Amino acid sequence: MAKSQVAMKINGKTVEALVEPRTLLIYFLRDQLGITGPHIGCDTSHCGACTVDLDGKSVKSCTVFAVQADGADIITIEGIANPDGTLHALQEGFRQMHGLQCGFCTPGMITRAYRLLQENKNPTEEEIRYGISGNLCRCTGYQNIVKAIQYAAAKLNGVTFQEAAE
Amino acid sequence: MNDMTPTSAERAAKLEGMGCKRKRVEDIRFTQGKGNYVDDIKLPNMLYGEFNRSPYGHAHVKKIDTAKAAAVPGVVAVLTAETLKTVNLAWMPTLAGDVQMVLADGYVLFQNQEVAFVIADSREAAADAADLVEVEYEQLPVNVDPLKAMAPNAPVIREDLKGKTEGAHGKRKHYNHIFSWQAGDKAAADAAFAKADVTIREMISYPRVHPCPLETCQCVASFDKIKGELTLYGTFQAPHVIRTVGSLISKIPEHKIHVISPDVGGGFGNKVGAYPGYICSIVASIVTGVPVKWTESRIDNLSTTAFARDFHMDMELACTKDGKLLGLRCYTIADHGAFDACANATKWPAGLFSIISGSYDIPAAHCLVDGVYTNKAPGGVAYRCSFRVTEAAYCVERAMDIMAQKLGMDPADFRMKNLIRREQFPYTSAFGWQYDSGDYQTALTKAMEAVSYRKLRDEQKQKREAFKRGETRELMGIGVIHFTEIVGAGPSRNCDILGIAMFDSAEIRIHPTGSGICRLGTKSQGQGHETTYAQIIATELGLAADSITVEEGNTDTAPYGLGTYGSRSTPVSGAATAMACRKIKAKAQMIAAYMLEVHDDDLEWDVDRFRVKGNPERFKTMTELAWAAYHEVPPGMEPGLEAVDYYDPPNFTFPFGAYICVVDVDVDTGMIKVRRFYALDDCGTRINPMIIEGQIHGGLAEAFGIAMGQEIHYDDDGNVTTASFLDYFLPTAVETPRWETDWTTTPSPHHPIGAKGVGESPNVGGVPCFSNAVNDAFAFLGSTHIQMPHDHWRVWTAAEKLGLHA
Repeated sequence: MAKSQVAMKINGKTVEALVEPRTLLIYFLRDQLGITGPHIGCDTSHCGACTVDLDGKSVKSCTVFAVQADGADIITIEGIANPDGTLHALQEGFRQMHGLQCGFCTPGMITRAYRLLQENKNPTEEEIRYGISGNLCRCTGYQNIVKAIQYAAAKLNGVTFQEAAE
Repeated sequence: MNDMTPTSAERAAKLEGMGCKRKRVEDIRFTQGKGNYVDDIKLPNMLYGEFNRSPYGHAHVKKIDTAKAAAVPGVVAVLTAETLKTVNLAWMPTLAGDVQMVLADGYVLFQNQEVAFVIADSREAAADAADLVEVEYEQLPVNVDPLKAMAPNAPVIREDLKGKTEGAHGKRKHYNHIFSWQAGDKAAADAAFAKADVTIREMISYPRVHPCPLETCQCVASFDKIKGELTLYGTFQAPHVIRTVGSLISKIPEHKIHVISPDVGGGFGNKVGAYPGYICSIVASIVTGVPVKWTESRIDNLSTTAFARDFHMDMELACTKDGKLLGLRCYTIADHGAFDACANATKWPAGLFSIISGSYDIPAAHCLVDGVYTNKAPGGVAYRCSFRVTEAAYCVERAMDIMAQKLGMDPADFRMKNLIRREQFPYTSAFGWQYDSGDYQTALTKAMEAVSYRKLRDEQKQKREAFKRGETRELMGIGVIHFTEIVGAGPSRNCDILGIAMFDSAEIRIHPTGSGICRLGTKSQGQGHETTYAQIIATELGLAADSITVEEGNTDTAPYGLGTYGSRSTPVSGAATAMACRKIKAKAQMIAAYMLEVHDDDLEWDVDRFRVKGNPERFKTMTELAWAAYHEVPPGMEPGLEAVDYYDPPNFTFPFGAYICVVDVDVDTGMIKVRRFYALDDCGTRINPMIIEGQIHGGLAEAFGIAMGQEIHYDDDGNVTTASFLDYFLPTAVETPRWETDWTTTPSPHHPIGAKGVGESPNVGGVPCFSNAVNDAFAFLGSTHIQMPHDHWRVWTAAEKLGLHA
């Protein structure tokens, strides 16, 4: 199959590559570029494990062809940390609030929350639950994920988060 | 000592040992996308495998033509049963003593059964070619109903077993019959029913569901032709079992097989067994001489590997008129699908189902289980429970409500009256299990007080009156349960897998500078083993948890163990860890005595050191003793500081809990709002309360999914209609309720640290609690039992049948 040339910015670095037109963005990231943080958990765009940030929107990268991302600016879990190398408030919050167990949904979940907290700097619990409803988790029962995002929101807003993980 | 010396309590706190809400070690890599899961593995020249699968539930395979598939650019080989026969692998043994087709050998017995395996240089080429395998089928009559499996004219599922009247577990009474298994005393149970004032009988079905971890089953097989060695990376909950079974099946010597389970993205029982994908990948790697990866799709996962439940339980209870239980009888039909690939301890075809007397003092009981073949996928795994325990807990907890309803008693009061009393422990049940410890009344009382149970019942009464007056269309339901699990398989006198006793192991090596590594036969899939085992060592050896590396999942380096499922890691490997620590500590004590020039008996342990009794200024810390172990051991003693322990538990452990759920049901839409869910768990000694609470949240969410919407459903033609997330309900953060957790602590008397295991309790207790709440909402209208799942449509239908929409 004839390949197409694509160029995009991934985690701040420009990447140029040849891809089959039918290659999904998630396979381009994982198999071709070795960016294995985003995962694959379903065939139907339900689970959100493959979530990346594409031009300022949360996108399920199993639903986008790599050629559609030509020219895009993409952030994956590998690019979430602060520029100085310290962990992002969400990465810290997920650990502090026990917002993960097997870790398989975590990259997608954090990447989605990263955009959610830019869309809404101080979300309520209901807004968080709705905001991450495109991301499935089988281990945590979501309660501590909600807390992890609340922790990060507080930290990013310069407020101390008092509650402990439950 | 001076005032600057930290106190024992301060030193203990720094260790982050047992009881500490230690933050997880694993999270550092997982939150940065640096986990290493099977699909992240990419080896040089690696090929990809993909199955062609059966579109039919039951058919003859008349012809397979692979020519078009083989012609697809990038395709290297196409395997069929004929190819596998050349290495005697067209069929494989199952853990349950049956055999299973690896690739269709003349027949397909369930939809999506594996028919051919295409190997290509890309995922896409493999998938394209798999679609081009041409198979000629002749459809056969289908049966997907276990209750019809033993009818005189039922379709024959397993022609290969024709004429075989004996199965792995004794006599077969029908061509679709797999086994009969019974426990308890039938005559005693019958006598109890004969003298009972009140009896109930109900058909209680637990539908077929799926563990559905977010990561599906996957592997990479890499065969080195020069060395004759196989390295198998896979999503294995039990890597050593896979190595042994792999060796027995493939005839590759066991020392030439290296099984590696890297990070595993959830298991819940799905990843215990051996699947055709593993066998085909191994054969493909042997044939091609390069690594082969197989990655299961979600549809493949839900429709082929490891369903759970599908138990249909005809349950009876007998009681005196004042509510004292006298007897229990249960006859169960167990649907095992097309092959008996149940993951149980080998001698237990219905697992530990005879825990069905639950938390109650029932003098006489009997259960009988018949396993049957149908045109459905094989499996029957212990999904987030010890073998078949959740089926038993669901059945008895539903039946307790039905009996309470008939007696006109409050379900909590009826339970309280029949709970095994604290002074009865260790308690031997009518089925012969010896419950290790419990304080059931305290747990249930605490739960009832926490939710103001009596007030809830008053509110419910008022709402029911209001409903009758037509003032509301909402019904309030209260679910209350008390469950007892049997976990930690298991004692070698009870349990083995293919003849291997179900012990587990820990090997601990303390390095000269006082840090160390612990390797175990278990395998975490999210449970946080790297964090919690180190906490046991921290408390036992007085070394900071941060100084201990925990490593699992590499069969070359880990001591042999049976893996992680059935809540067995803490009860078995946790015990092995403590026992290995004690061997190390005993040696360290001798070194300390030598260095301090006192007798061993003159030393006492204090958090992180041995000190001279009555002279606490004279001591040696464990860190000092570690250094000494490598250069200053007493004459005649071997240098080094390490130990291995293989722990064969003397008994199972019996975690328990009391849960209460409050729901509001809209009878016109069938919508259910979970107002409140309170879970009190007693798992004995608590190693990391944060991780315990997290596991309870997760198990409750899975229980919510099962009770409220999940079913792996087949239509009459054998089509699986719920094989993707389009149709199979997985709760999101929006539907999932908020959880209230609580605990009591009743240590196990026979476990070295008193721990019982917890990961599965919330699924075992959660499902009946949700179901009881929904059923309770309708109970005052005369309804005794509404089958799960309680999705909107079924709840609406139940309301319709009760005439509530008139």
